[in-house]
Amino acid sequence: MEKKKDIKLEILNINHSKYTTRLSPKYKNREPYKSPDRSKLLSFIPGTVVEIMVKEGDKVKKGDEVLVLEAMKMKNRIKSPVSGLVKYIDINVNDKVPKGKLLIEFNPQQ
Amino acid sequence: MPLDQKIKELQERRQKILLGGGEKAIQKQKALGKGTARERIMILLDEGSFSEYDMFVEHEARDFDMDKKSLPSDGVIIGTGTIEGAPIAIFAQDFTVAGGSLGLMHSRKITKIMDHALKMRIPLIGINDSGGARIQEGVNSLAGYGEIFFRNTLSSGVIPQISVILGPCAGGAVYSPALTDFVFVVQNISKMFITGPEVIKTVLGEEISMEDLGGAKVHSEITGNAHFYAETEDECFAKIKELVSYIPWNNQRKAKPMEPAEPIRECDIDKIVPDDPTLPYDVKDVIRSVTDKSEFFEIQRHWAKNIVIGFGRINGATVGFVANQPLEMAGVLDVDSSDKAARFIRYCDAFNIPIITFVDLPGYLPGVDQEHAGVIRHGAKVLYAYSEATVPKITVIIRKAYGGGYIAMGSRHLRADFVFAWPGAEIAVMGPEGAANIIFKKEIMASDDPDATRKAKVEEYKTKFANPYVAAAKGYVDAVIEPGETRRLLIHAIEVSDNKSVSLPFKKHGIPPF
Repeated sequence: MEKKKDIKLEILNINHSKYTTRLSPKYKNREPYKSPDRSKLLSFIPGTVVEIMVKEGDKVKKGDEVLVLEAMKMKNRIKSPVSGLVKYIDINVNDKVPKGKLLIEFNPQQ
Repeated sequence: MPLDQKIKELQERRQKILLGGGEKAIQKQKALGKGTARERIMILLDEGSFSEYDMFVEHEARDFDMDKKSLPSDGVIIGTGTIEGAPIAIFAQDFTVAGGSLGLMHSRKITKIMDHALKMRIPLIGINDSGGARIQEGVNSLAGYGEIFFRNTLSSGVIPQISVILGPCAGGAVYSPALTDFVFVVQNISKMFITGPEVIKTVLGEEISMEDLGGAKVHSEITGNAHFYAETEDECFAKIKELVSYIPWNNQRKAKPMEPAEPIRECDIDKIVPDDPTLPYDVKDVIRSVTDKSEFFEIQRHWAKNIVIGFGRINGATVGFVANQPLEMAGVLDVDSSDKAARFIRYCDAFNIPIITFVDLPGYLPGVDQEHAGVIRHGAKVLYAYSEATVPKITVIIRKAYGGGYIAMGSRHLRADFVFAWPGAEIAVMGPEGAANIIFKKEIMASDDPDATRKAKVEEYKTKFANPYVAAAKGYVDAVIEPGETRRLLIHAIEVSDNKSVSLPFKKHGIPPF
């Protein structure tokens, strides 16, 4: 599976010390951390959009149901994460969406 | 009927059953590079040692026209035999018979041999090659799996349990191997997953091949579910035999000692480790320079490579090695390497195998992904496993031993019996650069030439603290030794601790962080 010769050494910084070493694929492919953006509603599970209850420009309150995402035979009623306006709807009814896909973007308002 | 005729009848009956699922099914099996269940057993066990039980068992299913079907031996072969003279209980699922599917009698045969192995206190080897539950038998096949899992758990830590995945092993079936000590997989043959590609596609719309989802490489490199990877079945069987030679028959015995032998002088132990603690080397070279014949039987070689675990022999006696690997991720402890080390330490402790720890690590891997993946919970497993282990624990600090990593890696404080340090050992709260930046922050900031001051302060810290003598002065390190003395002292330590006796406070069991 691996040959001793094809060792590619890189630098790993730990507590200000720079270590020459091989970096694991898991480490190299790790996702950089992004703080959650509550104005963007993402799919929490892969599934099918079966109903969208809002239109662009609609005013919503935090906790209002905005769409139904069916996954694992369960119809999940998805609520708005913020109060504000529906800025952009990135899906249509019957769309199959992967996990983490943008569904609706909001314009949060107090 | 005279006896010779009865014998003939027996021979005929046997002959029929030995064909398993028939010529066609056997050819199909062979075309995939797979052996039949009985062939596999014969290759693995000593010649002529296999004694088969329950050859004539038949299934009892009546629904869905199953009563019209005959399934020879109900798709699983069980029995006992020996490997290099060591007694072994074994079962092998026969894919040529109804896809090796697990029904009531099939599972009863497996649990029979499991009960036998536990009662006789001999190792159990299971060869898995099965399409899964026999759906026609309904809840009976689920009951069968449950009975197997229960016995895997009871036997855990009493007798060695080895799983060999030589075909599909899907759905609930995967949990029997997962409960056993060691899992062997073979390229292109082994497939393990809870839900297969078809289900994933229908439910989630994600497309993936069986090999990419749960093939041998995936479980050897990514999930850590497999402990040994082989390219062919024959290579896999050779590895199983080697493993069996290192471990005892049960938890009340010690592994059989071999004839002592000197290491082969491949590399000079004094020259393996660079002085600069930020430069890498292969810690397996250090291990091989102290073991008999320089042999090292590595476990989980392709997963969490920043820690190295495996068996070797010191003066004939089996020992378990746990070693940070500076060549991979600087040898840090992280979620996966903690998991890997902790489970191996518990294995050695359960089966009376002394643990030798080689320490050279900068500490824990920093990062959001690590923190969120639970490095606290996983890292704690290492502390738990070392603290709880009562087998002889011998620790050699090769170079860096910083911070929490120092404590975790078999330190005196977790009751190591012997702690040796090489002269280049740096036992400190953190590396000199990090420490100097904190301790001398004011001086560095106030300086006209902060870089020069920082450099000077790093040097000052290095001289004062980055050595083994501060810890040795407190008795945390028993002896500072020359690298060349390591093997002699390991032999001595193992001899001295042969009758080690310590007892833990009474408990039903602890609550380790898993």
